[in-house]
Amino acid sequence: MSIELFGLLVQASIYTVTISFVSIFIGFAIAILISGMLLTGRSLFVRPAQFFISFFRGVPLLVQLLLIYNLLPAVGLNVPSIVAAIIGLSLCTAAYQAENLRGGFASVPLGLVESAEMVGLTPRQIFRRIKVPIALRLTFPALVNEAILILKASSLVSVVGIVELTRMAQDLAGSTFLPLQIFASAGLIYLVINWVVALAGGLIESRLPGVAR
Amino acid sequence: MTFDINVLIGQWPAILSGAGVTIMIWIIGTIAAAIIGFLMAVARQYGGILVDKVLGAIVAVLRGTPFLIQIFLVYYGGPFIGLELDPVPAGLIGISIYGAAYFSEIFRSGFRAVPKGHIEAGECVGLTRGQIIRRILLPEMTMLVLPPCVNMTVILMKETAVLSIITVPELTATLSAIGSQQYAFVEALSALALFYWVLVEVTGWLGNLAETKLSRFRFFNA
Repeated sequence: MSIELFGLLVQASIYTVTISFVSIFIGFAIAILISGMLLTGRSLFVRPAQFFISFFRGVPLLVQLLLIYNLLPAVGLNVPSIVAAIIGLSLCTAAYQAENLRGGFASVPLGLVESAEMVGLTPRQIFRRIKVPIALRLTFPALVNEAILILKASSLVSVVGIVELTRMAQDLAGSTFLPLQIFASAGLIYLVINWVVALAGGLIESRLPGVAR
Repeated sequence: MTFDINVLIGQWPAILSGAGVTIMIWIIGTIAAAIIGFLMAVARQYGGILVDKVLGAIVAVLRGTPFLIQIFLVYYGGPFIGLELDPVPAGLIGISIYGAAYFSEIFRSGFRAVPKGHIEAGECVGLTRGQIIRRILLPEMTMLVLPPCVNMTVILMKETAVLSIITVPELTATLSAIGSQQYAFVEALSALALFYWVLVEVTGWLGNLAETKLSRFRFFNA
């Protein structure tokens, strides 16, 4: 296998990384909304949020992608397939991240909240200055984990025709008859990306201010 | 947009067979993955440092690469090393190996959570290694590994959908094909999503039930 083929794979992996991180950030925004709905405790908000989480965690991502890819045109929305792919990945990761955030908020030590009440902070201040920073600190490792899961899951958007790393590998394997080398190289690239993400995550985590370790 | 579920009813034999293949691959794949994973965990525990390092590297590779790439390697790369497989066996091998990596980590953390004193006590009274695994390690870690094992079973259920890409005739492939033949994508894919959703929810519910039933095995005070 030549260096040019490997170069093509590396180029395609830029799409993989871009799609994954855009989806992670959009998913995070949706997750804040969903976990906020769960936190209200009113069934009017909690039920739809639970439904959302249950659906996107209970259905394979591939099926979600196929559904979104085919559903949008059926209701008259003709979006490029890259948009459909990012919508699919974002909604899926939002469901998992919302669960993580809920867990993070639930494990904010009660004593900290009570002492904040004692010194006279308003509920809004407590939320903004005590709960949010601590919950984010607690859920950061899960967020890194989720980033790695989405980087791997993004291989599935190849089925809706987006030429990211997996699709490029598939195309090259078909045209060069070197599937073993090409898929192994693609695997290696995923491995390196995930390793870098895990490493960077660990580094950032050790520098986050907040909860004593 | 019209939604006509009757399109699917006429196709029930194909759908039933697809669902059968999905469930068959899921159950066999999960059992095989759990067994291989358990053996890997035992080998890493007792096989010496070299075995531990080699298996650790394999697990890292399996957990760091997408399942789709692994499946492509087995199915399209296999023939180049003399391993020519039909889609179904290739899918089964792929899902078993992929799952085994995660199961081995679950069992390994289970092993580590069993107090060392219990194992030493077993050694003292003259139990063999097999007896220690069967009578001390396994029962003591049951409650601890059950929730992640159920989780993994659910994940593997969902991963079976990926096998449609290497033309395994499971439900995702069957319903996508019906969708494109009949121009009824939305109906077919909604039914598909519903099938997985129900199966995943039922599995989670059974897992909770098992946890309650097995709670008499709770050795750890959580």
